[in-house]
Amino acid sequence: MAAYLDHNATAPLDARVLEAMLPFLQGPYANPSSQHRQGRAARDAVETARAQVAALVGADPGEVIFTSGGTEANNLAIKGVAALHAPGRLLYSAIEHPSVLEPMQALARHGWSVETIAVDGDGLVDPAAYGAQLATGGVRLVSCMVANNETGVLQDIPRLAQSARDAGALFHADAVQAAGKVPVHFARSGAQLLSLSSHKLYGPKGAGALVVDGALELEPLLHGGGQERGRRGGTENVAAIVGFGAAAELAARELEARRARTLQLRARLEARLAGIPGLRIFAAQAPRLPNTVQFAVPPFHSATLLGLLDKKGYAVSSGSACASGTNEPSHVLLAMGVPADLALGAIRVSFGKDNTEADADGFVAALRSVLADVMPAMAPALRAAP
Amino acid sequence: VIYLDYAATTPIDPAVYEAMLPYLRPGGVHGNPSSSHAEGLKAKAAVERGREQVAALVGADANEIVWTSGTTESNNLAIKGALEFRGARGAHVVTSRIEHKSVLDTCRYLETQGVRVSYLAPGPDGRVAPEQVLAAVTAETALVSLMWVNNETGVIHDVAALAPRLRERGVLFHVDAAQAAGRIALDLRAVPVDLLSLSGHKAYGPKGVGALFVRKRPRARLAPQMHGSGHEQGMRSGTLAPHQIVGMGEAFRLAGAQLAADSARIGVLRERLWQQLRALPEVFLNAEAAPRVPGILNVSFGGVEGESLRAALPELCVSSGSACSSATREPSYVLRALGRDDELAGASLRFSLGRFTTAEEVDAAAAQVVAQVRRLRALAPPRQAA
Repeated sequence: MAAYLDHNATAPLDARVLEAMLPFLQGPYANPSSQHRQGRAARDAVETARAQVAALVGADPGEVIFTSGGTEANNLAIKGVAALHAPGRLLYSAIEHPSVLEPMQALARHGWSVETIAVDGDGLVDPAAYGAQLATGGVRLVSCMVANNETGVLQDIPRLAQSARDAGALFHADAVQAAGKVPVHFARSGAQLLSLSSHKLYGPKGAGALVVDGALELEPLLHGGGQERGRRGGTENVAAIVGFGAAAELAARELEARRARTLQLRARLEARLAGIPGLRIFAAQAPRLPNTVQFAVPPFHSATLLGLLDKKGYAVSSGSACASGTNEPSHVLLAMGVPADLALGAIRVSFGKDNTEADADGFVAALRSVLADVMPAMAPALRAAP
Repeated sequence: VIYLDYAATTPIDPAVYEAMLPYLRPGGVHGNPSSSHAEGLKAKAAVERGREQVAALVGADANEIVWTSGTTESNNLAIKGALEFRGARGAHVVTSRIEHKSVLDTCRYLETQGVRVSYLAPGPDGRVAPEQVLAAVTAETALVSLMWVNNETGVIHDVAALAPRLRERGVLFHVDAAQAAGRIALDLRAVPVDLLSLSGHKAYGPKGVGALFVRKRPRARLAPQMHGSGHEQGMRSGTLAPHQIVGMGEAFRLAGAQLAADSARIGVLRERLWQQLRALPEVFLNAEAAPRVPGILNVSFGGVEGESLRAALPELCVSSGSACSSATREPSYVLRALGRDDELAGASLRFSLGRFTTAEEVDAAAAQVVAQVRRLRALAPPRQAA
């Protein structure tokens, strides 16, 4: 048995998406900025993809700026806004992805006052504390993710964005993990900026988008060439953008089926995990992405267990692929008040649309077997049927 | 349709496409290179192999190659990164008027941040001479940015002569080699350039991927422009796209293997094209006196209007200059800098030939151009003597 259960790190390219991309990898195709016929064909394909991505998230096509991925989208949103304002206050939730945290920290070195928004034990933003921060005044921009990549916790974005608007602040929502897994509607979210990634929704790596309210000005991150209406220079990655568009259209069409499927698998997994002594599921009571569960089996650190699970063919992670290799406890779990030692045990399972019951069951069997190996005293209990 | 626009973008070589497929198709390698499980490690191995292939073509060490989304990002990272690391205010940058938009627009942005920029004009041969650059360098000069090969005329700058002189003066030297890599031999072991931008899609690789060479000894220091999880030695965050990186790696491997044969064959075809075009009166080969890459032929046609000429050649994919400035429809700034008047600069075509260009295509293209120039000249009212 083997299964890939790390879809929040990256989802495998959908074969139907590859079909859409192939003409732009094989054929004589051209630079979308070129004025000749082949250039126009490439440009038409990019515009079709723009409409597909916009449709997935309830935006106008003209609001979509293609980027090289979610990291660039987050950088563009935050630094693009900051560059057009005199330094003031910036707020971001304590559980943001490094591609939000780090641009914020970079701005802190350039005179901005940067503050985190606290979350409660379930990983949800505390509205009262957040409101008090906004009430102090001078906040230019708030950044909060729609769904957390590690725990899967979903924030109440329309409410948080409304509070920001009331305080005269812009709102950026990182929807990289949410899009394609739960409904995301830019126009109704109240956010002015929304980040998306292609490879988290079965599209190719190397494409993403920033959705920007039509009225909002932005300093480009990449200068030159005037592509994307002057907001993002660089020859368009036509094949990847076409793939992103195709993936977005499939995600919109299959959203409910994918949601139901992964939710069913997660419920099955969680029921079986409940039988493992001492196992703790993080943010179990919070609204979460349907496909994501993060847990720990104290006293074990994930570094030990992940390697053994990998040897058995199960690809899971501690939480963020981007932080793998470091032995730091997750900043997301620490922000939720999880003790560091427990946080070091975090294992995240993130299901995909093509996983099966056998994958979920096989994972639990592998986990029990691994735990029995590293904890012989518990072996009899663990080896009993789940 | 005859495609003679290889300087705008090259088709993906079939061998490159084959190399990319295992990272796209169902059952292939789909992991995130940052993941520590087996799927991630397979993706990471591919990324590192690509890095070695790109490094090998330019005489660099693999750990001196930073992946980007393309040359525009490489140029932005090199120039803004170097200036931000050093401190932009009061610094001086030397560049040329014939750089790609991604260098020029970045420099113009830096001017808004307190950087003084000198834009050197090329001499009558279309080149900026090393002596011109050295004469412009002052005690405040932090960076020189000069392209190795110009995208419109194909002229080759004497980077090998300039680099050691700048090294002696302690000035950081960035070179945009998007048009040079794979077209002329580059050896960074012999030429002490500090930063070098590379493109995938100008060398028969995919769009959406590029690289920046950042010298280790002596170490060129940059502030990252895309912040996040700290990929690429902290210089450029964002999930890497293995299929694109594998494609660029294979493209660069092929370029190294075929450089001599490609150059010789393409040079012969260009001469064949020129001999047919020059049969017309009043045609001017731009930058004729300078060393040029074999694939580019930039010709101005007297007595015709540029827009009409391009409209008369719908089956011919050529460029009126640089694709990246064609959206603005301005007469080429490169040709104006060469001393061509607006009318003649506007009536110019850039033919760029490549690996898949045939003698039949060249002959057919020449026949179309000659016929249409004759037709348009016959239609035009006789010109007044100046």
